[in-house]
Amino acid sequence: MLKMILRRLAGAIPNIVGVVIVTFLLTRALPGDPAAYFAGPSATTEAIEQIRAQLGLDKSLPHQFVLYLKELASGDLGNSLSTGQPVLAEIRTRLPASLELTLCGLVLACVTAIPLGVLAATRPGSWIDHLCRMLATAGVSLPTFFTGLLLAYVCYFLLGISPSPVGRLDVSFPAPATVTGLYLVDSLIARDMETFRAAAAQLILPAATLGLFVMAPLMRMTRASMLGVLSSDFIRTARASGLSGTKVLYTYAFRNALLPIVTTLGMVFSFLLGSNVLVEKVFAWPGIGSYVIEALVSSDYAPVQGFVLTMALVYVMLNLAIDVMYGVIDPRVGIEG
Amino acid sequence: MGASATIAAPGWRDTWKHVRYVATDNPVTLGAFALFGFFLLLALFGPWIAPYDPLMSDTTVALKPPSAAHWFGTDSLGRDILSRIIVAAQLDFGIAVSAVFASFFLGSALGCLAGFYGGWADRIIGRIADTIMAFPLFVLAMGIVAALGNSVANIILATAIINLPFYIRVSRAEVNVRRNAGYVEAARLAGNSDARILALHLFPNVLPPMMVQISLNMGWAILNAAGLSFIGLGVRPPQAEWGIMVAEGATYIISGEWWIALFPGATLMLVVFTFNLLGDGLRDILDPRTRT
Amino acid sequence: MNAEAPLLSVKDYSLEFRTRSGTVHALEDVSIEVARGETVGIVGESGSGKSVLSFGILRILDAAADVRAGAISFAGMDMLAAKESALQQVRGREIAMIFQNPRTALNPIRKIGRQIEDVLRTHTSTLQADLKKKAIECLAQVRITDPERRYSAYPFELSGGQCQRVMIALALACNPSLLIADEPTTGLDVTTQAAIMELVSELARERSMATILITHDLALASEYCDRIVVMHAGHVVESAPTARLFERPRHPYTARLIASTPSPEVEIDSLASIPGNLPDLRRNDLPKCRFHARCDRAVAQCTVGPLPEATFEPGHRVRCFNPLAYTAP
Repeated sequence: MLKMILRRLAGAIPNIVGVVIVTFLLTRALPGDPAAYFAGPSATTEAIEQIRAQLGLDKSLPHQFVLYLKELASGDLGNSLSTGQPVLAEIRTRLPASLELTLCGLVLACVTAIPLGVLAATRPGSWIDHLCRMLATAGVSLPTFFTGLLLAYVCYFLLGISPSPVGRLDVSFPAPATVTGLYLVDSLIARDMETFRAAAAQLILPAATLGLFVMAPLMRMTRASMLGVLSSDFIRTARASGLSGTKVLYTYAFRNALLPIVTTLGMVFSFLLGSNVLVEKVFAWPGIGSYVIEALVSSDYAPVQGFVLTMALVYVMLNLAIDVMYGVIDPRVGIEG
Repeated sequence: MGASATIAAPGWRDTWKHVRYVATDNPVTLGAFALFGFFLLLALFGPWIAPYDPLMSDTTVALKPPSAAHWFGTDSLGRDILSRIIVAAQLDFGIAVSAVFASFFLGSALGCLAGFYGGWADRIIGRIADTIMAFPLFVLAMGIVAALGNSVANIILATAIINLPFYIRVSRAEVNVRRNAGYVEAARLAGNSDARILALHLFPNVLPPMMVQISLNMGWAILNAAGLSFIGLGVRPPQAEWGIMVAEGATYIISGEWWIALFPGATLMLVVFTFNLLGDGLRDILDPRTRT
Repeated sequence: MNAEAPLLSVKDYSLEFRTRSGTVHALEDVSIEVARGETVGIVGESGSGKSVLSFGILRILDAAADVRAGAISFAGMDMLAAKESALQQVRGREIAMIFQNPRTALNPIRKIGRQIEDVLRTHTSTLQADLKKKAIECLAQVRITDPERRYSAYPFELSGGQCQRVMIALALACNPSLLIADEPTTGLDVTTQAAIMELVSELARERSMATILITHDLALASEYCDRIVVMHAGHVVESAPTARLFERPRHPYTARLIASTPSPEVEIDSLASIPGNLPDLRRNDLPKCRFHARCDRAVAQCTVGPLPEATFEPGHRVRCFNPLAYTAP
């Protein structure tokens, strides 16, 4: 088991190296003079030269790469131009907000998409099956930023059932004491149900927006994979052995069907992390997505670079977790790998 | 050559029969084709169809809800939303088509090379694809546009790059399973060059699965482009583009002026939905086995 | 006729499948009886409805199947009227089944020992603590080497023959009174085939368990079965004790089948093939006798009148308008 995890970890290294190289190249591909860019529009020639030396831009590209690696290793992602704050610190304080949103979106998508997909597969041709197929195609067509707006308009403006769709917590509540940075978890730790409820109320719309978007691929895959498994020989064996319907469906069919679903999660995370940025903008969610959008507006490049790198590393880690999960479910993986 | 033509002929006739079967059996696909045609017309002739100048502002009619004069209402500058939506079709389609075809050509070329030669070519190309896939794709697109500069060309480039791995993988797999097939061997013995074999004998096999991929990607490319402009990358105001229009309407929706964001957003949704339905329909036509 | 009621009796069973391309008339007026402890072979070409019949007996057909007529009774129980919960009690405990392609017939991601335990837990009152011991016993009974270690093996770690042994262990775990073996040796290599068949017949004899052997191989059936039922295109065309059937086949199809079966006495050159194919069972105008188009003894009635059933001797039944005749010995 541990050996398998280590092997997966080793397998992720080329990806991490690739990610680091690409982010490095992206900074160096800045149009015009990067030094002038980093120095800001009002800098003097000397200031630009000084920045150039400071950033190591007067050195050769491989040399610059080594410097870049050293900075990364010491946790230095540079400073934001507009706030002067170190990018790493800013990302660290904002990342929990983004993760909380992403994870809640994922959970919402899973708890609706997977049962629906299973239901559709066990009743092929029924109305629920047709509904699922429509939903699956419609779901991937949703521009998240638009569905978010629509939800906010309907739930806040028209129906008034949700709080003002701005931020993580209504202003009248203090943020719970930071333990994990996830408000839902922290408020539970603090046994503060009021805050928990308020945080959940703020979270539900953006999380639902994200969930709606990634529900579709999950549901589609669940349905297809369940259909495939249900018609396989070993399900017939299980039924011929008199195992109960639930046993056949869950222990035999569903566990096998999970394999392709887990594989799809990789794509789902890619979608989630990408749309996260859009949803954060719509709901003024103070995560790293909003941070990067502010930076983009002011042409502040260090935060953008730090953001891309962080997101890519988070994604690599999530994929690693998926691989490990796959290995836990499927005994065949450990042998072949 | 003659032999292969006579073998191919009934195949095409069968395909055509199958197309008719799917179209009549599945009215949804037929509807998707019709909608696609409609949007194509908007994209091609938008500027002539639009009732108003999409950039002309008239503050006397600012923020007016839908009416007989302005079917979809007007925005904060008094511009006609319907006209802006129609004219934006050209830009959004243009971005999607250019990006998807760029990744189609580059991706299938790289994939064919990787699948045909294997070895180092395969490993390097595979690594490129893996590295792109190691990023959340929209995030990578943001990074690329931010680095290369805010322009439509860069949106196209970024969208093309993030779609590249799909095309590389599909074409690599198709070519790889066939590179040692009998007819490839025969073509080689007949003195055909590698390039000729790839182009004439292997590449055509890649096309059917690619068509499905292209159609599904098209919707996704439009979503991507709109998403990028929504956060202020790429297309810049006052140019009309669906993503920007939603962004412009976002501030007003909370105060009740819903039409500014709703109509462009709904159009965007419908277009992407059309492409996805079309992709599903094409999959039914081209590969009846994987019907889901 | 035996005075004792048969263990399994299928009477005038008709079954259709509704598909996109029309209704498949898969089985029509099928009647079969199996006595306790008896081994019956069901023989026919692929597509003749043998497997569908066995799924129909266990009622594990897929949703597109539609039972049109008939009755199935097993040990006095009306299988067609039984509730799903009652059927689950019968499946695996009273009637067990083994399949072709044992590799895919086992759950690929569950330890084989656990799969046997699932059956034991469902049907017996074995204590949780004894389940593992019992499962290992089951594996030992089918002569799997080192059953303790194999208990935690996954199907992909075993050979095809070993997987089939596991299937047999799984099927016999609860001492069923009827075993349906559906092409149990298909997909195995020749030496393994013989070993598996020996194992099945030996275990059946030990437990005096009735067995239905479904196969396309008449020679295999003749070796192990007391009685043979010949099926063609969803019809039972003939059934007789094995020796009787080979001696005096009455149905032209059976005669052809015997003539096309290799045996030590027959020269390979003189083996006959059966002309034509099974009729398309989706047709709505199927002739009364579905063999008629391939038959050299066909007469005018074959396509019209109701298919007659003739009993030549006790236990030898034929459904044919123009059966082969033999002069009295």
